[in-house]
Amino acid sequence: MSRYIAKAAIRGANLIVGEAEQMVEAAVAELGASTPVAFTNTAYHLPVILGFTGMEVDNLGELREAVAYAKRLLNAMPGESLWLPYLGETLDAGAATLLATEAIEAVRFARGLQPEPIPGLHLTGTSFTSPDNNGGGADGGHANGPIDDIQLRAWGIQLVDGRMPGFAAIIGAARSNEAAVSIVRELQKRNILVFLSGNVNGRSIIHQLMEEGVEMGYDTYIVPFGTDTISAIYALGFATRSALTFGGMSGGQTRDILLYNKYRVFAFALALGEVDDLKYAAAAGAINYGFPVIADTLIPQILPSGITSYEHVISMPFDDIPGDNDTERARRLVQRCMEVRGVKIKITDVPIPVPYGSAFEGERIRKADMRVEFGGSKAQAFEYLRSVGLDEIEDGKIEVVGPGFDDVPEGGAMSLGIVVEVAGRKMQEDFEPVLERQTHYWVNGASGIQHIGQRDITWIRLSKAAVDKGFQIKNLGDILYARLHADFGAILDKVAVTIYTDPDKFQEWLAKAREAYQARNVRLADMVDESIEEFYSCTLCQSFAPNHVCVISPERLGLCGAYNWLDCKASNQINPTGPNQPIPKGICLDPVFGVWQGSNEFAYQNTHQTVERVTLYSIMQDPMTACGCFECIAVVIPEANGVMVVSREDPSMTPAGMTFSTLAGVAGGGLQTPGMMGVGKYYLLSRKFISADGGFKRIVWMSSVLKGMMADELKGVCEREGDPDLLDKIADERSATTVEELLPFLEEHQHPALAMDPIF
Amino acid sequence: MPEEKPDKKVEKKPTDMSIDTAVCEVLSNCEGVVETAFDRAISIRPCPIGAEGACCKHCAMGPCRLVAKTTRGVCGATRATVAARNFARAVAAGAAAHSDHGRGMAFALLAVAKGETEGFRIRDEAKVHAVAGYMGIKSEGRPIMDVAREIAETALGEFGKQTGELIYLKRATPARQELWRKEKIAPRGIDREVVEVMHRTHMGVDQDAENILDQTLRASMTDGWGGSMLATDITDILFGTPTPLQSQVNLGVLKDDEVNLVVHGHEPTLSEMIVAASTDPELLEYAKSKGANGINLAGICCTANEVLMRHGIPPAGNFLSQELAIATGAVEAMIVDVQCIMQSLAEVATHFHTKVITTSPKAKIEGATHMEYDEHHAYQSAKDIVRVAIDNYPNRGAAKIPGPKPDEALIAGFSHEYIRYMQGGLYRGSFRPLNDAVAAGRIRGLAGVVGCNNARVAQDAPTVQIIRELIKNDVLVVVTGCAATGAAKYGYLQPEFMDHAGAGLREVCEAIGIPPVVHVGSCVDNSRILTILTECATEGGLGDDISDLPAVGICPEYMSEKALSIGSYFAASGAYVLFGLPSPVSNSPEVVDLIQNGWNARFGGGIEFEPDIDALIAKVFTRIDAKREALGLAEYDAARFGESGDRQMEEMLETLDKGGSLNVYSVSR
Repeated sequence: MSRYIAKAAIRGANLIVGEAEQMVEAAVAELGASTPVAFTNTAYHLPVILGFTGMEVDNLGELREAVAYAKRLLNAMPGESLWLPYLGETLDAGAATLLATEAIEAVRFARGLQPEPIPGLHLTGTSFTSPDNNGGGADGGHANGPIDDIQLRAWGIQLVDGRMPGFAAIIGAARSNEAAVSIVRELQKRNILVFLSGNVNGRSIIHQLMEEGVEMGYDTYIVPFGTDTISAIYALGFATRSALTFGGMSGGQTRDILLYNKYRVFAFALALGEVDDLKYAAAAGAINYGFPVIADTLIPQILPSGITSYEHVISMPFDDIPGDNDTERARRLVQRCMEVRGVKIKITDVPIPVPYGSAFEGERIRKADMRVEFGGSKAQAFEYLRSVGLDEIEDGKIEVVGPGFDDVPEGGAMSLGIVVEVAGRKMQEDFEPVLERQTHYWVNGASGIQHIGQRDITWIRLSKAAVDKGFQIKNLGDILYARLHADFGAILDKVAVTIYTDPDKFQEWLAKAREAYQARNVRLADMVDESIEEFYSCTLCQSFAPNHVCVISPERLGLCGAYNWLDCKASNQINPTGPNQPIPKGICLDPVFGVWQGSNEFAYQNTHQTVERVTLYSIMQDPMTACGCFECIAVVIPEANGVMVVSREDPSMTPAGMTFSTLAGVAGGGLQTPGMMGVGKYYLLSRKFISADGGFKRIVWMSSVLKGMMADELKGVCEREGDPDLLDKIADERSATTVEELLPFLEEHQHPALAMDPIF
Repeated sequence: MPEEKPDKKVEKKPTDMSIDTAVCEVLSNCEGVVETAFDRAISIRPCPIGAEGACCKHCAMGPCRLVAKTTRGVCGATRATVAARNFARAVAAGAAAHSDHGRGMAFALLAVAKGETEGFRIRDEAKVHAVAGYMGIKSEGRPIMDVAREIAETALGEFGKQTGELIYLKRATPARQELWRKEKIAPRGIDREVVEVMHRTHMGVDQDAENILDQTLRASMTDGWGGSMLATDITDILFGTPTPLQSQVNLGVLKDDEVNLVVHGHEPTLSEMIVAASTDPELLEYAKSKGANGINLAGICCTANEVLMRHGIPPAGNFLSQELAIATGAVEAMIVDVQCIMQSLAEVATHFHTKVITTSPKAKIEGATHMEYDEHHAYQSAKDIVRVAIDNYPNRGAAKIPGPKPDEALIAGFSHEYIRYMQGGLYRGSFRPLNDAVAAGRIRGLAGVVGCNNARVAQDAPTVQIIRELIKNDVLVVVTGCAATGAAKYGYLQPEFMDHAGAGLREVCEAIGIPPVVHVGSCVDNSRILTILTECATEGGLGDDISDLPAVGICPEYMSEKALSIGSYFAASGAYVLFGLPSPVSNSPEVVDLIQNGWNARFGGGIEFEPDIDALIAKVFTRIDAKREALGLAEYDAARFGESGDRQMEEMLETLDKGGSLNVYSVSR
């Protein structure tokens, strides 16, 4: 700290804690102590209060206790002379501020005042995961409020594998709208989540971005929390839950939670505009997490490190930043933020006329904003990647065979085929689908371009804005060329891309592609656990969940759904010392439960001696651990003699008496919990899905969202299991949310699990 | 012998004898009236034979002086044996003093735990649990008094233990513990090692200098990792773990219109009760009845540091100021217990109305009033003593108290627990910021400046000179004992003093809000420095052990045998310690080399005597920079740092106050 900041922060903390106390008291008096308080869709109560104090606050009466706790953390301001030390005291005051601001938001929730109405603000991608999040002003416009557990987990794999290094909590308003846009674009480019809150004299960066037409919401990685400083608490709620979700910590393990964030979550606060006492106080709270603070105004700097990894507080007066315009100055400001937090991001320079970064992956192009689409209902598109000999292609050759879309009317469609040819000494045919599947993410990374599907169900849309900026079909090739070299340079030497719009050529190559898809399907079907000598590990998540290891076999993909056996094999080729290591199977100790000497030994060593034995095919005996990024959770329902599978996209109550969020708290963090397991959704389709416990037929309940998402595949599994109507016998949240409802449903539909051997 | 003849009268002005202007003022008033240690230091020259460790008087065949061509005593003992034996006995005496203090504290805790005292209670329950943890005592869920009792009994057991190892050795780094075992110097029991020094140095026993010195180290460790550490811990349990507070220092803290009591000595049990008694309404009323406006308490020596650290009671001075406090004529009673108490106090007091009250059965002084303190009736004892002082108030004659000066304010109270807290608060407290600062080069290194006053050098001069140079060159300084009091007198313990520090150290001071010189307590609290160094070594980034750290110990004005014990246990713990006075073993180059280089090679720490203060300072930097280099740290470069802090902000606000325009987005405006 500096004494100036210490004074301001302690003053701010005293005021806000007093304010929180008054608000809670008033609410208790008015609404009663038993009135529930809760944020949207979280199993972590009020997460910051839970993290710091271990208190599970669910009503106003309990909230009062939390505020009393905050009060005890307050100290006197340092004097003008002969002052007493203030760093520890200021950090404690910062913690008090966080507890108080969360309490205030909780009261606002209890009063129906959160999320904050902001007329005209319509978020992308929120309605699905936050069905309750529908407050708002006259036109329903509103800020996001806290991020729910579901979204946190959905981002989990990106957070842990480094694709999404962390978040920037922006507080205030930028020097200009131009600066505001430049700052968030620079952050998006680096795939850093952008959390917005606060204002300067009533004007917030949220207003600035709205004026500039920047899309905000989960899909664009820009989450507006609210226009006051208090709403910045949601950023720290997110941070706290990262530790609870992925780090396997529980409330009250305060130091561990904070250190987890210091070392694993690359977040920082960016204070835009004048910094008042409350902002200093909140910043002191953030520093507890190891998050540095960067300001675009003149404030005292705190450069020695220790609580944070590098500098604590940096002042970068905006007008003094060299640059021709605010866009450039903002770019330098963001660069400095990266240095201060120690975020090392490799930005692949993709030479296209629109901004590029995976923050743009979730962007949707509405029909009205669309210039042209390839594929969809009115045309066809495919993508096909194959490996060829080194002398067969010319590196960097990008060719469009056929016409462009100039003649296609606005909003029209045309057919298009993308053929990527790669060559490299370490390239293997098995890697083709691994690389090809990346097309989805890579193409989506361009601002104004949307990519859906894969293989011959590819569907690409270009927005008018992107085309106005000069985006052409050939640029799709530029993207693929740049990314293939950047991401797979270790196994590739040459890349060439040919895009076919010529109808005859299109058909010719579509046929070739389909032939290849078919061959791959056959190859995949043949690839079973018994047919290979090595499994692969995935310890990617150990950056977040230090005691978790995924053992990935051909018939059991990673629980996050992002890594199958082939992906791991390719990843190992690219980075031989990376997180995916071959695990020689060794002696098979139990073919039914799927226990090998090799996988046991690997798990023991790499979970820091916490997991001694792991089965690949059982939920009951030594089940595999989970980090927190799982797509689904499988849970035994003893009364039904079966298991239920709940999707992370399902916010509803389940027959286990818990929602996904609550279950996830038990299933994650690298703990081995018999009867509960985090899994990837495609594992449900595997012949080895809990095969030791009876297999797919054990599923008595499944979130309807899964049934819909994998309808065809599940149908195939039911047929394979010899019970084509099995899917209809499986209940979902529409038919049962309690065991009492579930059992009659199963009996009525004669679910096979009822007749199976006892699962225990 | 010519050396023993009274020297030609040396003309010395008070300002040659002390750099403390308050001391000089009182000394001037004493001239020709009251004789002080300053006068005697001129009239008595140190015995040159004893000074060099050349005198052996361990048997009646001697005393033998091993000087000139004499290389052996009557029994054949060599210069090395004689020097080592003398050194060993001094260390044993020092260790015995500290450890007896620790024993006293353990007995006090036992009495409290048994409910046998009045006035005392347990002030820091968290520390009870922490200490129980160190001792392997189960504390969770047990009544606190049960745990306290077991701690006291375990502590007392350490003194009489015959085999095994001291429990607190486990608090050292694993590497250090291993080394102690390998080198066979891990102490077995506190009393046993001190007794063994006495045995081995008896005529005709241990006659191998290195072997004697190994036992010396082992005995010294019973002080640092035994008696002193226990004393610190138990004092924190009983009287509270210190946290920073403001106070004043020097003779100016005595009051013209109040009853002045000065507590002097080392053990805090009685002084704690006197602190309480001095605010007792009944006694305040009694003081008023005698015409006084209140009861004013001040301290001297380490008792002063104990009550300063926990209550902000101001020290009236350090060791050499003790006679002068009485010589102000303003002290109603000086209450003394043990260690560093000059016998001359009783004589000085005869010139004034002051009552010198001895309180320990271990320490009586001819001519002083003895009021034996009984910890079972601690508060009553304290009240009786305060009453005697009040009764004496009407007897005060014309007093001349030097006026207080503004630079005599200070911040004290840095326990190692608080030092941890101040670097991160309740949740993030650690030594990471300090280690980071050292690693980055903001802080060049760490120095503990400790020890006494010595009438052979101008009071406070070497201490202040050394600290000034160290902080100017970005060395963070921790101080204890009389060195701390000395530094405080010149404003060094004020946070504002960071402006005298190098740019990097200043940044760290401003970030935390501390002075560049940090007061960690009394001389038994040197054990806190062991804990601090161990925490630095454990935190990571600066090696694995104390001996890896760019840190040194300095004892500029050493006087007592305790200082030699402290220096020895720091050496055994891996710290290099420089003393600012001539070597007491200089008669044997072999012993000089053994404790300096021999120990350094084996333990990574050693003891060196360097009376040339400029040379001493240069050695400190050489040592620190060598350690930095060994750790592979950035080369120290003062110019790299200093961009932190409030200065720019304050300038901007000033501009604004003067009616300037405000653009928060630019420094240049």
